[in-house]
Amino acid sequence: MQKILMKGNDAVAEAAVQAGCNLYFGYPITPQTEISEYLSRRLPDTGGVFLQAESEIGAIYMVYGAAAAGKRVMTSSSGPGFSLKQEGISYLCSAELPCVLVNISRGGPGLGNIQPSQADYFQAVKGGGHGDYRVLVLAPCSVQELVDLTYLAFYLADKYRNPVEILGDGMLGQMMEPVVFRNPDYPDISKEEWVITGKKTRERRIILCFALDPKELEKLNLHLAEKYAEMERSEVLYEVYGSEQPELLLVGYGTVGRILKSVVREAEKQGIRLALVRPVTLYPFPKEILRGQARKAGKALVVEMNLGQMVEDVKLSVEGDVPVYFHGRSGGMIPTVEEIMHRVEEILLKGGEARENNL
Amino acid sequence: MKTIFERPKTLLEKPFTYCPGCHHGLAHRLLAEVIDELGIADHTIGVGPVGCSVYIYVFLDIDFVMGAHGRAPATATGLKRALPEQVVFSYQGDGDIAAIGTSEIIHSAARGELISAFFINNAIFGMTGGQMAPTTISGQVTTTSPRGRSTVDQGYPLKLCELLRGLEGSAYLARVLLTRPKYIREAKEVFRKAFLTQIEKKGFSLVEVLSPCPTNWKMTPAEAVAWVENTLAHSFPPGEIKGWEETGHAG
Amino acid sequence: MQVETLVGGFGGQGILFFGRILAIAGMLQNFEVSWYPSYGPEMRGGTANCTIIVADQEIGSPVSDHPHLCVAMNEPSLHRYGILVKKGGNVVINSSLIGTEWEKDGVHVDLVPGNSLAMEKAGDPRVLNMVLLGAANERMHIVSFEYLYAAVKDQLSGKPQGLVDHNLKAIDVGRDYILRGDVACW
Repeated sequence: MQKILMKGNDAVAEAAVQAGCNLYFGYPITPQTEISEYLSRRLPDTGGVFLQAESEIGAIYMVYGAAAAGKRVMTSSSGPGFSLKQEGISYLCSAELPCVLVNISRGGPGLGNIQPSQADYFQAVKGGGHGDYRVLVLAPCSVQELVDLTYLAFYLADKYRNPVEILGDGMLGQMMEPVVFRNPDYPDISKEEWVITGKKTRERRIILCFALDPKELEKLNLHLAEKYAEMERSEVLYEVYGSEQPELLLVGYGTVGRILKSVVREAEKQGIRLALVRPVTLYPFPKEILRGQARKAGKALVVEMNLGQMVEDVKLSVEGDVPVYFHGRSGGMIPTVEEIMHRVEEILLKGGEARENNL
Repeated sequence: MKTIFERPKTLLEKPFTYCPGCHHGLAHRLLAEVIDELGIADHTIGVGPVGCSVYIYVFLDIDFVMGAHGRAPATATGLKRALPEQVVFSYQGDGDIAAIGTSEIIHSAARGELISAFFINNAIFGMTGGQMAPTTISGQVTTTSPRGRSTVDQGYPLKLCELLRGLEGSAYLARVLLTRPKYIREAKEVFRKAFLTQIEKKGFSLVEVLSPCPTNWKMTPAEAVAWVENTLAHSFPPGEIKGWEETGHAG
Repeated sequence: MQVETLVGGFGGQGILFFGRILAIAGMLQNFEVSWYPSYGPEMRGGTANCTIIVADQEIGSPVSDHPHLCVAMNEPSLHRYGILVKKGGNVVINSSLIGTEWEKDGVHVDLVPGNSLAMEKAGDPRVLNMVLLGAANERMHIVSFEYLYAAVKDQLSGKPQGLVDHNLKAIDVGRDYILRGDVACW
């Protein structure tokens, strides 16, 4: 199949169209606006709908409406815009409406800046809005993986009747890489049983996002919890890379994940054996592989483009078995291979004496 | 024997749970009658509000999507864009549509979104217990304007129909009362026209219903009806605010 | 093999297109490639830059701390990015716009009068970027020239033939300038 050099943002948009996305609602914000621009050109040709909303809030509720109608629907944003969508994401989870959300994240807090960042990890994986809910979170590390995970996102959203978030960053959105579009043809999930169409000849249906009776609301929460448990059993994705007998385990996702591959190779040249676990699903989190790999290595170093978010989940996963070190950059700074190598050497040389983090 | 009066089919046989003297029940019934008469119950979708009428879906026998406070016009937009042949309407109170949801309603109207909004204006936040709304009139006492709404401190009531009138996308805007049989008959025609504005793809339509809230106004139902007619209707003059003639859709 | 190129200049000098042609040529030659631009307010009139990596293995970071090659189309980008270049690396300076003397220990410098070559030899002032690309690729041998030509044809397909020809010509003009070895120096 033909390789095309494509920008991450354009590639997500094209993959969404190929995955059968019927409607897209969005609001311009750097560094993801190309997604809107691309779909404004492309979707009408496929019989789909592109609509630029008056706000991020407007956009997420347009998604809510279109998802209730059973269509494949997507929105995308970044940092501040994604914060505005959080109310709607909570409602989507409550109403069990499938959709795909793309966060090409940027530096924060506040207006922050437009450079790549992973500071939205907590917001993405812990439920950024109110209430007891989870969003399935996929974290690609290349333009190709952005495409492949976009196909997967639409399928998982329908499978679980739950929003799926693709968490990228400005680097993935803005960079170009060769990409091949291979739509894996995931099975179609029927929505016949719940979709809102007007009642036609059937009994009427209602999409609800509340239950004023506490017994009923607890029942809804337990039902959602069962879905999340099923995701944890069935949907965990990760990549393991590097040495079979590592002296240190590296952990990083997305953009950092690919930088850590360079670190593994650089270390190999210097005779240092490193392994990498790159979580691809951030929720559900690949706890078991991490625990196993961390035990094997005896210590772990988590690298993130924030000041320490996923590291908490890594610590929970290894259950105190091994020391977990942290190296973080923030504000749009991208950790370099050089600086990570320094941390690796420091940890391997000083062992227990090494600083827990670089802050 | 000839039946001269019966429950509209679209109105389910469930007693209304609204307070005595509230006009939500009347508005629901009018909706049901018009939906029946237009024969659209099988392809009409309601989008509910957050407020007293959050239970509207209990009473009308059509598909419903319940969503967030103020966002019904955006949700309705998503539904309508996904299902352009269905009839989609929102039903919202004044806190919902004129406070937190102002942005969504203005932009839906500006886009000429082919949806109809039914807006129940009782000049107060009802469900939360009678707080000041953007529609609270000057001098009106509420639990958050205990000395009466001061236009100096709290500004002026928001007149949504008049605000939307200037937008090219709005095709039909009207304000009605349900306080007398004659008004109810007139209102029904307005409800019908709002749906027709959508069905005939003329543009966005909105009907504002001035409605009493005896409970939070601390009045008897009769006093509340009188207050709607004599006071509230003075601030919010009833009538067609923007008709098909003005938007070039007549005939 | 991994060649990291950082090209910088004013918005409008064709920096992103320079990168795109190099990246597509690399892709056509079956290398791994990445293209990463500066983005945001920088695009609106200030300096712009683009990092292109061509490698024979999976590319880690698409950002380069110490590129092998820097192509400076204007003076600010020379001072900003030239100093980052690895020892043993190259800097190609657009000497039409940059008059300041510049050197770095262990880094080879080529002075290529991109603007005047574009105007006088390639026949179009807009193809300055392709002149510098031809020169840089001759110095570094990142990709085979045939793939550069193919990339230009691919990216400009549908554009007037004259424009395509000027771009192709410009690559050769830059290449010849290095080949002839009459590169100016300070």
